[in-house]
Amino acid sequence: MKVVLQNLTKIFPSRSKKAGEEVIAVNDFTLEIPDGKLIGLLGPSGCGKSTTLYMISGLQKPSGGKIFFGDDDVTDLSAENRGIGLVFQNYALYPHMTVKQNIMFPLQNLKGADKLTKEEMIDRAYYAAKLVQIDNLMERKPSELSGGQQQRVAIARALVKMPKVLLLDEPLSNLDARLRLQTREEIRRIQKETGITTIFVTHDQEEAMSISDMIVVMKLGVVQQTGKPQEIYDNPTNLFVAKFLGTPPINVFNGKVENGTLYIGNDAVLNVGDVADQDVWVGVRPEGFTPDENGGLVCNLNNIEVMGRDVSVVSTHEASVNPIVRSIINTDNKIDGSSETIKYTLKPHKVFIFNKETEERIYFEVK
Amino acid sequence: MKKKNVNSTSALKVMEERDINKVSSSQKVAKVFGQIGVYAFLGIMALIVLFPFYFMIISSLKSLEEYRLAVPTLIPQAWKFQNYTDILIPYEWAEANGWVGTVVSYDAVNNNFDLFTLFRNTMFVGIVSTIFSVVITVLSAFAFARLEFKGKNVLFAALLGTMMIPGELFTITNYATVMTKDGWFPNFFNGLGNMFGAFGPDFQLPMVDSSYAALIIPFLVSVFYIYLLRQNFLQIPNELYLAAKVDGTSDIKYLWKVMIPLALPTIISITILKMMGAWNSYMWPRLVANDEAHRLITNGLRNAFSDVSGNTDYPRQMAAVALVSIPLFLVFIFLRKYIMKGVSRSGIKG
Repeated sequence: MKVVLQNLTKIFPSRSKKAGEEVIAVNDFTLEIPDGKLIGLLGPSGCGKSTTLYMISGLQKPSGGKIFFGDDDVTDLSAENRGIGLVFQNYALYPHMTVKQNIMFPLQNLKGADKLTKEEMIDRAYYAAKLVQIDNLMERKPSELSGGQQQRVAIARALVKMPKVLLLDEPLSNLDARLRLQTREEIRRIQKETGITTIFVTHDQEEAMSISDMIVVMKLGVVQQTGKPQEIYDNPTNLFVAKFLGTPPINVFNGKVENGTLYIGNDAVLNVGDVADQDVWVGVRPEGFTPDENGGLVCNLNNIEVMGRDVSVVSTHEASVNPIVRSIINTDNKIDGSSETIKYTLKPHKVFIFNKETEERIYFEVK
Repeated sequence: MKKKNVNSTSALKVMEERDINKVSSSQKVAKVFGQIGVYAFLGIMALIVLFPFYFMIISSLKSLEEYRLAVPTLIPQAWKFQNYTDILIPYEWAEANGWVGTVVSYDAVNNNFDLFTLFRNTMFVGIVSTIFSVVITVLSAFAFARLEFKGKNVLFAALLGTMMIPGELFTITNYATVMTKDGWFPNFFNGLGNMFGAFGPDFQLPMVDSSYAALIIPFLVSVFYIYLLRQNFLQIPNELYLAAKVDGTSDIKYLWKVMIPLALPTIISITILKMMGAWNSYMWPRLVANDEAHRLITNGLRNAFSDVSGNTDYPRQMAAVALVSIPLFLVFIFLRKYIMKGVSRSGIKG
């Protein structure tokens, strides 16, 4: 089922009577989510991603805009009638029920023609449990399960009524690092197996990039960029998106464009064609540096961290916004660790320049 | 040289062990004395608490003459078990079977203690008021904990404010409200009892009249229990409610399937405390239901054993009190876990 969000807006009224204190949690969000895809809503905390999820689930009413499931307008439909599955950050399992009762709970609430017999309910519950591989834990109480197992129960409970849309609210944030890696692949597998359109919320860009078909980057209630993970990484529309995606993070410098040449500090680094003369932010991905005796960018070398396949070179530059400049260099390049400075040339497609005020991307053609 | 070394270390070890033993034995002594102190204290307290019960039981087994001795005996000189049979067996029945003078006393004829009626009345009032009270408490606690409506906080604060008024203050006004001859209680509930007049001119629904209504209705709402349960409901995380919404439940189904099971210990405590309250109430029943048909057990115990000259037959009264205490005693034995929980949560009630 495809999901369409049309100018979705959520405004929380101010607590006091004073005007102007209201919070715009989500501002004019328009997005079409294709059927059967896994979408990651990504952003720092407080950017409105959870609010968006709750509006899709029907737990919160939008202040404006519309939500469509397929061709049906579900904007005014309450959560219990919307037929979605939702997995909460803390799982929200019913503590007094066994795993089986937890999974069967949504089925017991079906009404009318959808009503199931007890046997059908048990069959469906076991089917969902097998999908997440917890069918051997059916008689346990949630308190007797580990975090990862509880998480699977929550997913099984969300899946059991075969929802049109599956929503996951920070599903991995309560798991330890190893389990997180394993579970995110699990979520991907389950999503592929069931083909349910899935939207999940996270503040972890690595998590979002690794399993999503498409990610939506949000900031302060406004969508910054939508697209495939690699496209967004390679082509950020503004400084925020460029800074938010990627580990290690992008290196940002104060720079300027003069007569078609890009300067970082006083170092001329790149020919950027017909960009008008101005002060800019320059973002360079860590993999965008090539050590070169004749390179334009001169940094003070601090140390070299060996990682096997690559080395990570830590240096400083007076125009850098971050305290250090970190570059990832292939070990084919020999670097003299005893040298005071290191010179780089930059790979043009790994360099982004942004307007100093608006922080919007300035596109340039490499000559 | 080496041997000496070994010797000295082993000697050291022995000394060390002795020290350890010394410390541990002195600790042991302190612990034993501490325990003796604690148990002695608990024992004395238990004696103080249990003495009234002991006195009730021995008094119930004395003759009236022995009871009236200036120096009370701690063990009855003659055990008079007839005190119990006198109040348990109706005199006419004993007479018909020729038991007078053996199973029951000769003067049992003076008894006007009708244990069965008192018991039935009390059970009826206790059970009905407990059921309604628990339903009302659960629903209002749910509303105050979960629902959003205008004036919720003001209303709740006002309800809590009523707890500041001592019950004695509104006893008389309550009486005036519900029991005046032309008030709505007598009109409404006696009318309700007569509703099925078609069954015959004298047909009256059993146990439906203004006296029972007055015994039950004014105390159905307990602000304190609502407060207690609301606090309990508030501890249930919000996500469970949202999850249940997504899973397709209505509010009432969520209350029934999730909140009540989770708050069950508190609800059981409330039920028991309410039941005990109904069983023990004295002043209000004496005001509104002081006739043969409606009298409750506490008032029955007070009234039944005084003769016209004002002399009270204490041994039989004590026997009756002992019998009446049994249900409460059983409740306490079997449900003390829940009672303790309710009491310790409330801090004051009991």
